[in-house]
Amino acid sequence: MDDPEHRWHDMGGDAAGPVPMDGHDFAIWEKRVDALVILGQQRGHFTVDGLRRALEDMGEAAFNEMTYYERWVASLNQNLIEAGVYSLEELGAKMEEVKARGDTYGAVQS
Amino acid sequence: MTLPVGASVRIKTMSPLGHIRTPKYLRGKTGVVERVLGPFNNPEQLAYMVPATPRTLYRVRFEMGHIWPDAEAPQDTLDAEIYEHWIDQDAP
Amino acid sequence: MPHDHHDHDHLSPSGHPYRKDNDGALSYWQTMEVAIRELMVEKGELTPAQIQAQIDAMDARSPANGAAVVARAWTDPEFKARLLANGSDAAREMGFDIGPMHLVAVENTEDTHNLIVCTLCSCYPRNLLGLPPDWYKTREYRSRAVREPRAVLREFGVDLPADVTLRVHDSTADMRYIVLPARPAGTENLDATALAKLVTRDSMIGTGLPKGA
Repeated sequence: MDDPEHRWHDMGGDAAGPVPMDGHDFAIWEKRVDALVILGQQRGHFTVDGLRRALEDMGEAAFNEMTYYERWVASLNQNLIEAGVYSLEELGAKMEEVKARGDTYGAVQS
Repeated sequence: MTLPVGASVRIKTMSPLGHIRTPKYLRGKTGVVERVLGPFNNPEQLAYMVPATPRTLYRVRFEMGHIWPDAEAPQDTLDAEIYEHWIDQDAP
Repeated sequence: MPHDHHDHDHLSPSGHPYRKDNDGALSYWQTMEVAIRELMVEKGELTPAQIQAQIDAMDARSPANGAAVVARAWTDPEFKARLLANGSDAAREMGFDIGPMHLVAVENTEDTHNLIVCTLCSCYPRNLLGLPPDWYKTREYRSRAVREPRAVLREFGVDLPADVTLRVHDSTADMRYIVLPARPAGTENLDATALAKLVTRDSMIGTGLPKGA
């Protein structure tokens, strides 16, 4: 597991290569994740610290393999589940309902 | 007691497992209070949605040559925000 | 799809293509986003209009906001003093909605250069400058900016003279930082509007210098 005395996200000073300079603009689904994270905090369900705590607990593999907003939506979900905003049963059923609407992000919007 | 600007402080070396905001590379290092930022609720409690206690937050300045003995420019500095409970009051 | 007008734009405001996952096969995480959004609306937590308003508010934040603050500080010594004393109040004084952000401005001078990083996550003055560039969130930047900052700066094209002190700021807690770059020489006749055009995003993070510097 992650070294408990030097966790993976605590990367200041670690050896690493050249800074990658390529960037991208945010897709609408990423902007929506960002908005839901801000609004979920404004609703009092969690704090930015809770968002980070879940991101850290997801581990280094998630950092390496998932995009930034994929990790954010996973952490958002973790925090909303903990806050009791919805249940896993409700999330599972809703995700099945969404998937059945189509094959692309644009196609599944209600 | 709030530490004054200019006070020499050493950062604790502890590593409790959980959400903490003191980076590993500064633990055990000595710096100087650059400014006092005032009380902020403890993120180590906020992260778990338990009642959070206000703790004094400081900006502490470290010399690069102290943090990294092989620093390219040892006189350069590193400033970080450190909560009071990460400052070792028993340090010399 | 009344909330999906962005999907029909092929180019973003900056002229770059949106990331292609907009149009690709629906992913698990996209499905989760739609589900969370719809659940929150169904439960009366949020309205679609609130969500869109939050997106619009973030879209309205950009480095131009920070550039206006910097240019004002270059032309108004009293404002500069207020900015250095309390960055949040100074930004609000200019009409920028920075929310609850605690902003600290750090000043570059002839003998001091400042650089901003967040090693533990990727804290960024987003409520003033908008969302951070991708490189700011990378392992490479987060790891090395505190260990070999001068080498990192050289990768950004900034070769700091040995007699300039570099101050690196690691945003470990509640503060967010903006660099007040040094005003380039030869700009004495420019007004704040013209000066703001010289202020790049990177110059406010410390990985760059203003145009003409």
